[in-house]
Order: sequence, then structure tokens, then C-alpha cells
Amino acid sequence: MHAYALKRILQFIPTIFFITLIMFFLLNILPGSAAYLAVDQRKAPDPELIAQLEKEWGLDKPIHIRYLTYLKGLATGDLGKSFLRKENVSQILADRIRPTLELAFASIIIAVVVGLPLGFISALKQGTWIDTLSMIGAVSGISIPQFWLGILLMFFFSVQIRIFPTSGYGDGNIMNLVLPSLSLGAGYMALIARTTRAAVLDVLTMDFVRTARSKGLSEFLVNSRHVFQNTMILVLTTVGLQFGSLIGSTVIVEKLFSWPGIGSLLVDSIYQRDIPVTQGCILVIILIFLIVNLVVDLLYAVIDPRIKYQ
Amino acid sequence: MYLFFRNRINLFIGSTIVLGFILMAIFAPLIAPFHPVDDANLMVSEQPPDAEFWFGTDSQGRDILSRVIYGARISLSIGLVTQLINTIIGIILGVTAGFFGKWWDDLIMGLTSIMLSIPSLVFALAVMALLGPGLVNVFIALGLTNWAYTCRIARSQVLSARSLDYVTAARALGYNRARIMFEQILPNILGPILVISTLGIAYAILIEASLSFLGLGTQPPNPSWGGMLSNAREQFFTAYWISIFPGIAIFLTVLGFNLLGDGLRDVLDPHSVLKHQK
Repeated sequence: MHAYALKRILQFIPTIFFITLIMFFLLNILPGSAAYLAVDQRKAPDPELIAQLEKEWGLDKPIHIRYLTYLKGLATGDLGKSFLRKENVSQILADRIRPTLELAFASIIIAVVVGLPLGFISALKQGTWIDTLSMIGAVSGISIPQFWLGILLMFFFSVQIRIFPTSGYGDGNIMNLVLPSLSLGAGYMALIARTTRAAVLDVLTMDFVRTARSKGLSEFLVNSRHVFQNTMILVLTTVGLQFGSLIGSTVIVEKLFSWPGIGSLLVDSIYQRDIPVTQGCILVIILIFLIVNLVVDLLYAVIDPRIKYQ
Repeated sequence: MYLFFRNRINLFIGSTIVLGFILMAIFAPLIAPFHPVDDANLMVSEQPPDAEFWFGTDSQGRDILSRVIYGARISLSIGLVTQLINTIIGIILGVTAGFFGKWWDDLIMGLTSIMLSIPSLVFALAVMALLGPGLVNVFIALGLTNWAYTCRIARSQVLSARSLDYVTAARALGYNRARIMFEQILPNILGPILVISTLGIAYAILIEASLSFLGLGTQPPNPSWGGMLSNAREQFFTAYWISIFPGIAIFLTVLGFNLLGDGLRDVLDPHSVLKHQK
């Protein structure tokens, strides 16, 4: 188990390396355009000023040299300097990471707390109106665009009945967190409900469930001890894999709700062509995703002792 | 007809919605009462829905109904074309990886695991940051974003098909490897790929809407559903109809493709773990 954990953590390094490679070349392949765009567009571009900016930002060097400099900085936690603000990217990101993590984890909690029981009940009451209704809800939840759901929630809960604030972080006030995490978590909730239902229906046909019933266990014990534990693996896989699209969607939800996290920073940095910041945001988002998947992988072994890692 | 769709309610509703939107996109000029871009009339801006403008008008006095109808062209062409590109990339890489194995397989699997660890929307945003906003660039960005799932599925299908009798027979007949891969194996593994592609179309439409909502996708005055929603937050409280109808259009189209994908899975892939999904 410890060896496996260590191996998984070591696998991180090449993955991160290749991701930075792809992202760096993707974002830096156009030479000098950032400096060109940073100078005042209304006047004729001043070549001297552009050259000076390029020198300052290190854009005058060839791309592979810049990548090596970037990697060297990355190893020491230095992500470069923002083009527009004279700050270190790591400092800018550090201020933004907490709201994003709060938003993401609030969404997961909502999604799991609602989605898991919903899927479970649907499977046990298969074919009844509860099942039909919750599965209609689930497929709708997957199909609804988060930003549109967010607008609807905003309209009903903060304009019509004025329970929650429309947008903003509100210095960490929990009321501000409710609507963004609902719009972010709805699709995830729907996915968890569907997967849970499918997994439970699958497990219910298995021999050990029949054995448990035939030895006279109560329906409640069969469901809670045997069925639930065995469905967790499949559900956990979904939670881990789909977390990527959740953390990706923070971009939209944060922008909609003016949430001061990594996602809205990413969009703003793309508007402003502040490439070091864009790079930093993407790296942090992917890191969060990878870490969550690592935790999920390690949790498998805790939930299901049959899984042995070589 | 009735017998085929009986107990296949997903397939029925999904294909009906999808077919409806495809017809709407093709016949947009015949159905739409106004031109989506040119018929702007500031005298009638932000009109609520009435007999003349069924869905109301936007801030520039354009008919929302016409823009929603024309928007189907953008959303559907982006969904279908980009997913086609993804499917082709995924099939070529996945089939060859599963068939040849060895270092090629390791390389492709490494590449897909990297692609899968980058959230699709974030990757699409990075490509848009490189290329700049615009409709053509959306095609490129989404065409490169979502092939990894198809690739994984194609590969695993080929791995299990590789040792089956019909492949051994084809080898014994002396068929070359390209013919075995794409003429013998491919048609037998298309079912699961079709399912994942249908769901991929839904996903691509959602991502395009998101990019356009952020102002980084299809640019105005093109009637893209996502783009029509980009000012929705400010407008919703004064003129709800501007954002409610494009939102419903996105929702229904995505729902249609999702139901169609689920329905196809029930028909084509009955052994799937997710067979009980409704």
C-alpha cells in the first residue's frame, strides 16, 4: 500500500512535465504578440518600446530556452512574473486558490449528499415514479448549461425572494457560496445519481446479495452492508474522473458569479493576454484535478480490501 | 416503428429532439420570420414576446426567435463537425495502438492520459487563447479537445477483437494490416464508439456555448446561443426573454443528444456496466 502510494506520487512528475510542455508551447508559440498587444493600441506601435518589453519579459530568447527557464523556476515554485501586474504569478495564484477550493468542495459535498441517496433510492424503487422522476431530473441536470442554471438561480433566489446575494465572494460569507456551488454541483450531482443507480442495480443481481438475503438478513442490513459498500467503488471512480469537468467548469461559474478564484483569473488573463498568469492558472487547475484523482485511487484500497496493488 | 421504440423511450425522445433541431437548422431561412442579423430595428429593442415577435427582441431590436432558429446552425455544425474530427483522431490512434501494441501503444496511452488530466474546457480555453476568438477557431479548439475517450474505447475494443477468429482468418488470408484494422475490425467495434460520439456532441455543444458565453467563442453578431447569453446576467432582470429562450435551446439540444446516446447504448451495447441507466 505504501509502495503503491509512493509509486503513484512519483508518476506525478512525468505527467506534470508533459502537461507543462504541451501548455507552454501552446501558449507561447506566437512570438512577441503579448508585448505588441500590451502597448497602447491607439497609437502607432513603437518598436523600441516593444523590444524593451520583450527583453524585460524574456520574450527575445528562443522558445526552448524560455521553456527551460520556466521549468527551472517551476522546480523552485517560481512561476514567473505577470506581464501586466508587477507581481509574482505564484503570489497572485495564492490569493485566488482558496475561493476556488471552497467552491469546488462545497459543490462536491452538495452533489454527493444529494446524488448518492437519490441514485440509491431510484435503484431500490426501480420502475416507480420516484425512480422515473429522479432519472428525468438526472439527465436534465447533465444537459443544463451551468451558466444558465446559475442565471436562473440568481433570478429566483436573489432577485425574486432575496435570500442569497447575487454575486461576489462576500469575504467568505457562506450565503455567497450557496448559489455558485449549486450551479456548479448540479451536473455532478446528476452524474453521481445515475452512476449510483446503475451500480446498485448491477450489484443487486450478484450472488452475495442473494446469499445475504437467504441467510435471513433484513433488507436494511443487506442494502447498507452488502450493496452499499460494493457500489462505492464505481461511484468513487465517477467522482474522481468527472472531477476534471467540475474543476474546469469553475471557470464559467466563477465568471458568472464574480467569484475571485482561479477560474475567473484564468478568463481575465486570457482577455489580457497575460500568458504567465494563464499558464499558472492552468497548472493549478490540473494539479488540483490530479491530486483529487490520486486521493481517489488511494481510497479504493481503503474501501475495498480485495484490491491489492503491485 | 412502434415496436422498435417500445421500451426505448430515451431513443425515441432523443432522436425526435435531435431530428427537430436538425430540420430547424437546415430550413432556418424558411422558418425564421426575420433575418437574424440584418433585421435590427432599434425602434423595437427589448420588446417582450408578443404576436409579432414570439420570443421578443434583443437590445438591438433583433427577433430572438429568428436568432434562436439560426443559432441551431452554429451549435449543431460545431457539435457534429468537431465530434467527427475527434472521432477520426480517436479511431486512428486507438485502433493502431490496440493493434500494434508495444511502444506505439505506450506512447498513445501516455498521450491520452495527459489529455484526460486536462479538463476539456481548460484545454479549449488554452487553444482559444492561442488562436483568439472566432467561429473557425472554435472548430479547431474543440476538434482537438475531446478525442481521448474515443481513443481509449477504440483501443480496448481492438484489444479484445484482436485474437478473435475472424481476425485470425483475415490474417491467414494474407490481408494487409491496414485492411484488417479498418475493414475487418473497425465495423465490429463501431457500436461503443457511436455511443461515446453521440454523448461527445452534447458535450461539444455545451463547451461551445460556454466559450461564447465567456466572449471567447463565436463572436457577435453571429447568432450563437452561448453568445446570446453573454449579457444575460445584466439583462435577465429587465428583459428575461433575451436569455430564457437561447438557454432552453441549448438545454433541449444537449438533452436530445444525451438521451440519444443513452438510447443507442441500450440498443448497441447491452453488456455495458451502465446498461441500467435511463
